[in-house]
Amino acid sequence: MIGLGLPRGFIVTLKNFIRPAVTEQYPDRHIGLLGVAKEAGMNPFQFLVKKPADSLKAIAGLATVPVAVEQAARFRGNEFTFFEDRCTACASCAKYCPLGIIEIVSVPGKIDAQEGESYKLDVFDIDIGRCMFCGLCVEACPYDALHMGTSFERSKYARDELIITKEELFDADKRPSSWYRPQFEEKSFDPFKETIDDHYDAGRHERPSDEDLKKKWVDER
Amino acid sequence: MGQAFLDNSLWRNVYCFLAGDSSSCASRDYSAGLLPAGMEWLAFAIAAIIIIGLFVNGVLGGVIVLIWGERRLFGRFQSRTGPNRWGPWGTLTSVADAAKTMFKEDVVPADADKILFNLAPILIAAPALLVFSVIPFGIGTYVADLNVGVLFIMAITSLTTLSVLTAAWSSANRIAILSALRSVALLISYEIPMALAVVGVIMLAGSMSLGDIIVAQGIPFILVQPLGFFVFFMAAMAEMARAPFDLTEAESELAAGYLNDYASMKFGLFFLAEFMAEISTSAIITTLFLSGWRGFEPIPSHFWFGAKLIAVLFVIIWFRMTLPRLRIDQVLKFAWKGLFELTMINIIVTAILIAIWPEPTVRHLWYMAAVNWPVAILSIWLVTKLLGTPAYDRTQPDSNAPEYPVGSEEIPASSAYVVETSAQEGGD
Amino acid sequence: MAIKTQPVTVNLGPQHPSTHGVFRMRVMFDGEEIVDVEPIFGYLHRGSEKLAEERTYTQIVTLTDRMDYVSSMLNNHAYILAVEKLARIEPSPRGVWLRMIASELQRVASHLVATGFLIQDLGALGTPLIYAMRERENILDLFEMICGARITNSYLRPGGVFMDAPAEFWPALDRGLDDIVRTIDELEAYLSGNEIIFSRTKGTAVLSPELLINASITGPMLRASGVDWDLRHRAPYDYYDRVNFERILHTASDNYARYWVRVQEMRESVKIIKQCIEQIEPGPVRPSFDDVPRLIRPPEGDAYVAIEGSKGELGFYLVSDGGISPYRMHVRASSLINLTLLRDMLIGGQFGDLFVTFGSVDLNMGEVDR
Repeated sequence: MIGLGLPRGFIVTLKNFIRPAVTEQYPDRHIGLLGVAKEAGMNPFQFLVKKPADSLKAIAGLATVPVAVEQAARFRGNEFTFFEDRCTACASCAKYCPLGIIEIVSVPGKIDAQEGESYKLDVFDIDIGRCMFCGLCVEACPYDALHMGTSFERSKYARDELIITKEELFDADKRPSSWYRPQFEEKSFDPFKETIDDHYDAGRHERPSDEDLKKKWVDER
Repeated sequence: MGQAFLDNSLWRNVYCFLAGDSSSCASRDYSAGLLPAGMEWLAFAIAAIIIIGLFVNGVLGGVIVLIWGERRLFGRFQSRTGPNRWGPWGTLTSVADAAKTMFKEDVVPADADKILFNLAPILIAAPALLVFSVIPFGIGTYVADLNVGVLFIMAITSLTTLSVLTAAWSSANRIAILSALRSVALLISYEIPMALAVVGVIMLAGSMSLGDIIVAQGIPFILVQPLGFFVFFMAAMAEMARAPFDLTEAESELAAGYLNDYASMKFGLFFLAEFMAEISTSAIITTLFLSGWRGFEPIPSHFWFGAKLIAVLFVIIWFRMTLPRLRIDQVLKFAWKGLFELTMINIIVTAILIAIWPEPTVRHLWYMAAVNWPVAILSIWLVTKLLGTPAYDRTQPDSNAPEYPVGSEEIPASSAYVVETSAQEGGD
Repeated sequence: MAIKTQPVTVNLGPQHPSTHGVFRMRVMFDGEEIVDVEPIFGYLHRGSEKLAEERTYTQIVTLTDRMDYVSSMLNNHAYILAVEKLARIEPSPRGVWLRMIASELQRVASHLVATGFLIQDLGALGTPLIYAMRERENILDLFEMICGARITNSYLRPGGVFMDAPAEFWPALDRGLDDIVRTIDELEAYLSGNEIIFSRTKGTAVLSPELLINASITGPMLRASGVDWDLRHRAPYDYYDRVNFERILHTASDNYARYWVRVQEMRESVKIIKQCIEQIEPGPVRPSFDDVPRLIRPPEGDAYVAIEGSKGELGFYLVSDGGISPYRMHVRASSLINLTLLRDMLIGGQFGDLFVTFGSVDLNMGEVDR
């Protein structure tokens, strides 16, 4: 064991010297001439002739391409995804939050003869500045209205701006993480490529077809 | 490769261009200088200023490039990319760092000895620059070819420790003092093997002038003096406090050692001096052991020197990246019990060889190399055998050894993980 | 004539490059020799144990993540076992296998950090550290795949884990295990035979097994002294009685032995994970909410469960008064208890060995101060 330890160490470091770097460059990656040509879909010589200025820039190591960081679909990200049509304002999420940073105020909504009384969401604020992204609120939501988001670029200059309001949640892109949402994994939904626009798609069950509904509610009665 | 080349120094060229008629330029073609006769003193001053500006700025530029290159290499050794954001391949990173350093607040501790505290950065930067005055960077590119060049280098480099001690003492910081005392211990120990390692080279070249040493190298002296090279390399690493001998700055022990209280450009000067020392050490190794600017003819001598310099720098950075630090007692033991003996062996063997071939030609140098390499390998093996830590006698416990009381102890049932099967309904 | 010297007291920390967090030591030196050490800690105290008294049992899982932040899965594991014992919950088999896999991965990650930082403290300027961190990054990627977070996992729930591993996890795990073994081989080629590391660590900070047992020190530190004490083997929790693994022992009880035990334990962890993958069975990963509700109300009583954490015996003691949150929670933090012998290890040693010893204990200030 003891004897040629130091030379062996030098060989290990030299091997790693030759090996490609594992650094993930973010937000953009520096690429050389080959990389630029590959981006443009040409071979390097073609590119050199057609775009000499870009080629020079690439040879000088100044050409960059934006990179998307590889994330898992279950990534618990910085923005919540919220489907207002699914929310019944039950405030389970607020109860389960270990830090109590979800504020919910609900007002009595319309009274429907068929569905009964419902509540309307008046205030739904999440204080991201204190959130630790444990995801217990998502786990608690019985109607799959609240989901973890997948993005992580939400830094702000003032602490107040870190509070996500209801309107902000309504307007945001719906890219829910599949954290505690097995239905997304079954559908192999990729939050980094597609969004969910229809709130029925976010639920645990498929929406029954109109025929089934009719059969259940009209024919059987 | 005669005396004419060596005499062709940059300074003398400028001087003779300005003052042609002086006696020291008689052997040259300059019939008349730019300045009238009797103004030799002005020519002297102008030539000196030009040369100083050229060398200082050249060295500082080299440091900027070295810092960038070293960080890139660190990155590669650690399978990272290294700095690549500012400028092409990140070359402007150290420029940005320099700008940042200059604009930082200059903090002087309340207890510090103000005069010495401000003097120390200057004291460390000046000798680091002075070393470059004797190094021939290529044919004719040197400031002065002193006939005691090697001695000059030894003397100047040891001044560094004085300024380290000044810096540590004046900043009134106990961690800094510990660091400075280590620095002094390192210097005293490693100066001796370093000087003795060069003795072999001086004996072979018959001169202390760096120019003469290069001329004497029919083959690079690393082949003739492997033991001398090994000792000199190790001692030089210790002199400039590089890993595995970076005890003065030992980041994980002393934070930054004697630099703890320095900020802004004062810190920057220490930093520059450290990198200048790295360049000058590589340059000295190149000159003494790798035949300096000598190489094949069509490629200019400066290129050869630069290529060898970069190769030595690469090896130094490789060492720094790979090896952990030694402890202070081990470092001193290595110097006195290891390197000192090796230099003695080297000197004796070289002396015998020179007694056999008093005026060594290239062929004789090859004979010497053939003798020296086995001697070097054998003696290094012997020294590692003597100084190395012996392995463990036994690492596994005996099977029939008495068990500790803990070995047979029963875990009380209350603390073992046993789920009681009577499942009970809990909660709402 | 002997030169008269005067001891110097130096304050190291809390802001220091290698105190593994915020730890402060008042050290008295005589030259390079350490005469006296006074550890001062509490700079990272966040009151986790008190906070737990205000949280429900499920919410406390998030607090345990933040105690020993380089091995949060193991903290989750110990806590969940304590809750299961307190509330008499029968865990789901698949959940148990999954949490064993997660715990062993976390043990590898934690040992990688310990080894890397030990060599960093030895002065290797970060190269081995970054090799170790590179591998840990792969393990954290696996964690992100199964639970969406890299460090603060909150993966375990009373009765199992919160969700089954996704389909792409299993091939990634196989690849990851091969990578881990390759990295361990590389680290061993680099470090185990390295003469400098060997001469720096052999025979430093030696502790006798008797002292270690009396000071109730556990984990790799104890096993490095030749005492065969591994809770996975002595008091098997979960399904550790169904997997085979070797207990790694070394007799030297010095810094090198501690390093060596950790490196070899990583290999054993990989073996355990491979056996878990073979034996895992399909089924639910946690009991239904009818059996284990979200809001657990354990019966009155107390429970203590200890597991073999990455740093030693990691125990959680819970007292229930029948309510939705524990009446009292106490953590037997292995880092804190392993730290108690710091004086015995350091006094008489060299300054250069101070932080090496510190690194070989492998402590985490988040766990020490909680």
